[in-house]
Amino acid sequence: MKNNLNSPLPISVTCPACGMLCDDLSLNDITPVSIKNGCGKSIAFFEQSFKSSNESACTPSVSGKPTDLNTAIKAAAEILAKSQAPLFAGLGTEVQGMRAIMRLAAKSNATLDHMHSESTVRNTLTMQNGGWLTTTLSEIKNRADVILAIGTDIGSSHPRFFEKLVWDSTSLFSKPSPEVIYLGVSEEKAKSGTSPNGKPASVIGNDPSKVPEIINALNALLINKKINAETIGGISSATLQALVEKLKTAKYAVVVWSASSFKFSHAELTIQSIVQLINQLNETTRAAGLPLNSGDGDSSVNNTSAWLSGYPTRNRFVNGKPEYDNYHFSTQKQLQNSDALLWISTFNPLSPPQTTLPSIVIGHPDTKLDSTPDVFIPVGIPGVDHAGTMFRMDSSITLPLKKLRNNELPNLSEVINRIEAELA
Amino acid sequence: MITLLKNGKIYDPAHNKDGVVEDIYIYQGRIVPKPLDQAKVTQTYDLTGKVVMAGAIDMHSHIGGGKVNIARMMLPEYQQKQMQEIKNLSEPEAHICTPYCSHHATPTATDTGFRYIEMGYTAAFEPAISPINARQAHLEMGDTPMIDKGGYAMLGNDDYFLRMLAAKKDQKAINDYVAWILHATQAIGIKVVNPGGISAFKFNQRRLNLDENHQHYQVSPREVLQSLSRAVHELGIAKPLHVHCNNLGAAGNFETTLNTMGASNGLPMHLTHIQFHSYGTEGDKKFSSAAAQIAEALNKNKNITADVGQILFNQTVTASGDSMMQHLNAKHANPKKSVIMDIECDAGCGVLPFKYRDQNYVNALQWAIGLEIFLSVEDPWRIFLTTDHPNGAPFTSYPHLIRLLMDKTFRNEAFAKLNLDAQSMSNLTSLNREYSLYEIAIMTRAGASKLIGLNDRGHLGVGANADITVYTDQENREAMFAKPDYVFKNGELVVKNGTIVKVVWGATHTAKPAFDIGVEKDLKDYFDRYQTIGLDNFKISDAEIFDDGRGSVVVNKN
Repeated sequence: MKNNLNSPLPISVTCPACGMLCDDLSLNDITPVSIKNGCGKSIAFFEQSFKSSNESACTPSVSGKPTDLNTAIKAAAEILAKSQAPLFAGLGTEVQGMRAIMRLAAKSNATLDHMHSESTVRNTLTMQNGGWLTTTLSEIKNRADVILAIGTDIGSSHPRFFEKLVWDSTSLFSKPSPEVIYLGVSEEKAKSGTSPNGKPASVIGNDPSKVPEIINALNALLINKKINAETIGGISSATLQALVEKLKTAKYAVVVWSASSFKFSHAELTIQSIVQLINQLNETTRAAGLPLNSGDGDSSVNNTSAWLSGYPTRNRFVNGKPEYDNYHFSTQKQLQNSDALLWISTFNPLSPPQTTLPSIVIGHPDTKLDSTPDVFIPVGIPGVDHAGTMFRMDSSITLPLKKLRNNELPNLSEVINRIEAELA
Repeated sequence: MITLLKNGKIYDPAHNKDGVVEDIYIYQGRIVPKPLDQAKVTQTYDLTGKVVMAGAIDMHSHIGGGKVNIARMMLPEYQQKQMQEIKNLSEPEAHICTPYCSHHATPTATDTGFRYIEMGYTAAFEPAISPINARQAHLEMGDTPMIDKGGYAMLGNDDYFLRMLAAKKDQKAINDYVAWILHATQAIGIKVVNPGGISAFKFNQRRLNLDENHQHYQVSPREVLQSLSRAVHELGIAKPLHVHCNNLGAAGNFETTLNTMGASNGLPMHLTHIQFHSYGTEGDKKFSSAAAQIAEALNKNKNITADVGQILFNQTVTASGDSMMQHLNAKHANPKKSVIMDIECDAGCGVLPFKYRDQNYVNALQWAIGLEIFLSVEDPWRIFLTTDHPNGAPFTSYPHLIRLLMDKTFRNEAFAKLNLDAQSMSNLTSLNREYSLYEIAIMTRAGASKLIGLNDRGHLGVGANADITVYTDQENREAMFAKPDYVFKNGELVVKNGTIVKVVWGATHTAKPAFDIGVEKDLKDYFDRYQTIGLDNFKISDAEIFDDGRGSVVVNKN
């Protein structure tokens, strides 16, 4: 597939590679990929997108045999028509793609689950249990004076977080650069938080599995409870007391966590404790949380699903009516209960989970298929092959994605709409 | 291809028509004069005895944008309860939504359009679009079928404006910025929520009174209000500044509300959900009705308009840009949960579920205060029927609310069931007024259209867009307004006997006053230095609203 660019280089682009959704990138070249303001993730994303795939990768197939788009769409529709309860999983897409998926799901009584919802659901459960108090990226850039990152170094998943929001000294309220404190992050990873002039971030405890007890201790100390133990989760109570004092005297502390970095069960309880800490701080000063997202359009998919069905994902349609169950409607469980799988991953060439179900894969042209699906339809990459709209991780901000190159690949929404039309 | 609506009783206050029997002709989506050649009439609806009004317009309803979507995500139990109730209805078509239904507090975008059109509403306006969140608001409204929509962009807590005000920039610069925001966000009006207070909350101020300074910018809410209302007035857009006053929900806040009217300096100003801002501090419980003082001031100050924000009893969710007051009110949330956000040096939000109970003193009095205001404000052109959906009640309660206004016996029977202490603190039963159909048509059609500045909606004159609702005149006004016989959208029959017969897509209404594009020079610098997205991506193009051909943009000229 040749890269036939839509406009002359350099092109300003919005990068969908992580939840920061940076829109200050400039694509200077594609052979090799060179990007102004690019980060490791964005360069990898655009390299992946622009690497010249062979023609066959852009050809749909039925049972592994190359075919034309029409035939593939008819074959996909046939699978869905026969299915009583298909599972739509992966869902790596943006708003317009998700709109189309929702209509098809309503028509085919499908269950919907995003590939990263194992993590997202922990945040959703927390929000549904007691709510939370959160902030957005520009508030952090202009106001934060302390950043407490719990269980995540931030930089590995959101590479430009520190460059754009922490070390850039331009702020509306002439404040010093915020102090960065890691809690439950290994020393190696904590290097993400070392400032350009070499100032390392503070690290409290390097064992992520100790985060739950440490947060509970912080909550106790914050409401002036005495702790008799000398250490909690390997941290001296004096260190924790000092951290509490720092948070209390901060004018705008920001607590960052990543649900996907919590590898222990019932992590939502720990996130609730984090939210409790933030709420308590707000009794006397200002503080706010920032849950990091996992990617592949998770914020876009959950927001779109919520306004179209009333629920974020893990939801399903029964006779066109939406239902919600963030436990039973997981991909893992539904692979046992469903009778067909539609796997969607348009940003990244991710393969579907192993299954014996009749399966349709719609996604990135370079999707690595471990086994041959019944139908494979390669589609364009949002923000590269077609325009789109995407939610940033903090959900309040949506940005347009640009079409950068011209090629034969159809959009996901076009393919989904045509499958839906076949079902009519 | 002309459609004739024959012999209807026309209630069209824009043309002083109060139940006159006339014919209406529709051609290509618009109301046209009687054709010379009757043979061109291809379809006739005999509306003898029926009540005919323009499609209703909800001038304040949270139908799009982040807040209600947060509520949907936070409150899956509402939707589940709604589905259960729908399943339990043996005859869904006989169901009339009352305040005792819990459903529709957070309808989906699709259901929002469907429920509105089923009641004969053909337009609704989202009153709280934070500019940075405008794209999401338009995405959701873009997925809302059947009705026209539009929104008011929130200013007055954004750091860009507060910096201008603190730097004493001249009014022209502020006007240019306000106009630029209208264009960039595809809005039709400007709103201010808790002037200065949402920003002050980010600096840890917990309350902000009208003449109290924002601690960082050293400007007061009064200055914010005066600067913005002057900008809106001088730009010449129809919609007056939409004001959610300081001190939302606080006992004694009526004084802030009266002072806010005073701060208008005679310029047009709209005070929204005024019921939530009409509380005194009298009585044992230090919470009383100040509806009489508020209504008296509204009657006197002809430059002020207001919508009520009536509460009705049951579970709902309050979704507000007022993060300062919602954080304070979070302890009253029921069930006990709340989402509070600081947003992009632009705005904030607070979403908390709320259960209004008729045996709760405060809630019962809130109900009475809303109705006292409705009945005591003399000019129906300056008071509007809202529940501040979903904050006071879901918009599906409108037929019930209309009956409360039109039927004194029904109203007094409802009042008699309330908390007794609340009854003793309200003069509601002494108010004998019953709204007429003509007055309802003013509040929900002609007045709303005039207020917002819609060129061809809200009336039935020649040239108007043929958005028309036809009702059977029934004594039970709730039943009448819940289920129109016919609703026409752009001249097409879309609802018959309360049931949707065709899905259509409405337009997005905007106002785009002229301004000096030079304003973008400083804005670009501001975005580059302080914001985390670029200026160009902040602006929403017409093409984004056209989307896949369903949407359209109407620029209303004033």
